[in-house]
Amino acid sequence: MNASQVPRGALSLQDVVKIYDPDGSNVMAVDHCSLKVEAGEICMIVGPSGCGKTSLLNAIAGFHDIDRGSIRLDGEVLCGPDRRQAPIGPDRVVVFQNGALFPWKTNLENIAFGPIAQGRLSRAEARDKARAMMAEAGLSGYENDYPGQVSSGLRRRVEIVRALINDPAVLLLDEPYRALDALTKSVLHESLLEIYYKTRKTIFFITHDLEEAIFLGHRVVVMTSRPCRPKRIFDVDIPHPRDYGVLTSKRFREIAAEVAEAVNEEALKSFTRGEREG
Amino acid sequence: MASDVSLAVDERERRSSGARLRRKLNSVSTRRAAVSIVVALLLWQLGATGPSWLGMRIPILGASPSPVAVAQAWSHLVADPNYWRSWYLSLLRVLFGFASATLVGVPFGLLLAVHPTFRAISYPAFELLRPIPPLAWVPASIIFWPTQELSIAFVIFIGAFYTIVINVLGGAEAIDVRLIQAARSMGASRGNIFWRLILPGVAPSIRVGMEVAIGITWEVVVAAEMISSGSGGAGGGLGFFIWNSYIGGSYPNIVVGMISIGIAGYASSTVVRVAAGRLTPWQRA
Repeated sequence: MNASQVPRGALSLQDVVKIYDPDGSNVMAVDHCSLKVEAGEICMIVGPSGCGKTSLLNAIAGFHDIDRGSIRLDGEVLCGPDRRQAPIGPDRVVVFQNGALFPWKTNLENIAFGPIAQGRLSRAEARDKARAMMAEAGLSGYENDYPGQVSSGLRRRVEIVRALINDPAVLLLDEPYRALDALTKSVLHESLLEIYYKTRKTIFFITHDLEEAIFLGHRVVVMTSRPCRPKRIFDVDIPHPRDYGVLTSKRFREIAAEVAEAVNEEALKSFTRGEREG
Repeated sequence: MASDVSLAVDERERRSSGARLRRKLNSVSTRRAAVSIVVALLLWQLGATGPSWLGMRIPILGASPSPVAVAQAWSHLVADPNYWRSWYLSLLRVLFGFASATLVGVPFGLLLAVHPTFRAISYPAFELLRPIPPLAWVPASIIFWPTQELSIAFVIFIGAFYTIVINVLGGAEAIDVRLIQAARSMGASRGNIFWRLILPGVAPSIRVGMEVAIGITWEVVVAAEMISSGSGGAGGGLGFFIWNSYIGGSYPNIVVGMISIGIAGYASSTVVRVAAGRLTPWQRA
């Protein structure tokens, strides 16, 4: 985890359109969405269930194509008119909802996976590096456990480290802390910030949880309900480094009230349409 | 502190295998199992010897040899090399049929799972053949294969093959797509994904398939041996042993043969379970 690097991971989304048309139903998931994420920023994407946030993330990761517009990473086109689908690569590692650690690999082997698969490090080197990164993240002692043997909170931390060992330009987090209890979440938030202060990685973070969004983010982007596009962008002018004391501050409450109002409108729309959890 | 130390000693005592075995043998469930078996044997003995104490024959049980008679017959058979040869022949056939079904079935199932064209071409035929019970293959198998041994092995193979393929295919389809996406986003190649994701992801299903299949092979081997002996061959094996005892009228030996198959089946299932369990060390927890 090198602290001082040339800042990278600037994302630029320009008029992105994504239409799902499996059976002629023509569902527009993302509608002319434009958004800039600066290098080293924590950008929180908030929106109602099924609004198309994950479609946006999948397009950045290269899991599916886009129908119009373009996505750039540090000025280079990931996908655009000439190439509809971004290549999948270790510069944009995804951490999924509910986690996607390999159950048959120990925590250490999970973390060492990327560098070995890319042929960047030998097996032994990758394991050494994984061990060192686990120690730095306070995960020593869990190296040889399988993911199924440790708590879900710990699994998420292992998964973040597994993403970081690839030295990605941007971390794509898709509601990684969903379905965790509030206490575990607060521990994980602080440990994520701790990692962020060391690495200054760009973080593109999708969530439902307003408190999580404001506590972690430099900016909170509230999305419209489907089709998805930024409705309002809030600058969270609470200085980093932050700790949990921030939650009770007056400024936090003010921002929370504003964000909640913006989200609530969209949530109502989405609710009356009966969107599925997504 | 003192209690900590004694706890640690307890723990060590609890974990030692000797202590574990002793505790298991002493447990309530073991004692209940013993009572269950003893009572069953007693009822069987009473039923089989009905005429001598009741003056009449009890239906069904009355026609069977008594456990004492079976035990006597068994004690004679233990010294008989032909009896052990039956064991050996059946075991060999099961092993051969099961191993070949695993060796062919696992790659075949994987290929079905990862290769859409291969699947489109071969799956319909596979599904058409699958409902044909293994025993329906016996006559055809005798015609197809040059030796009786090969025809029996083939029928066993058929019995285990479908189960293994279906399990492998189902297991491969159940692999979470997010695991594959995660691996790709970390730079894994196609080969990497196959060897490091699909294969271990399917391992639990391979294990289940093998465990079910070994049970089926015993059903099939016995029936195949009975039928092949009926057609004039003398292939031997436990199925033949039972049939031969029936033809020869030595009823206690029929029961000995049945119990022998029970023991052999249980033992081979245990071996497969333990061996296949090593495929999935992460599921031991």
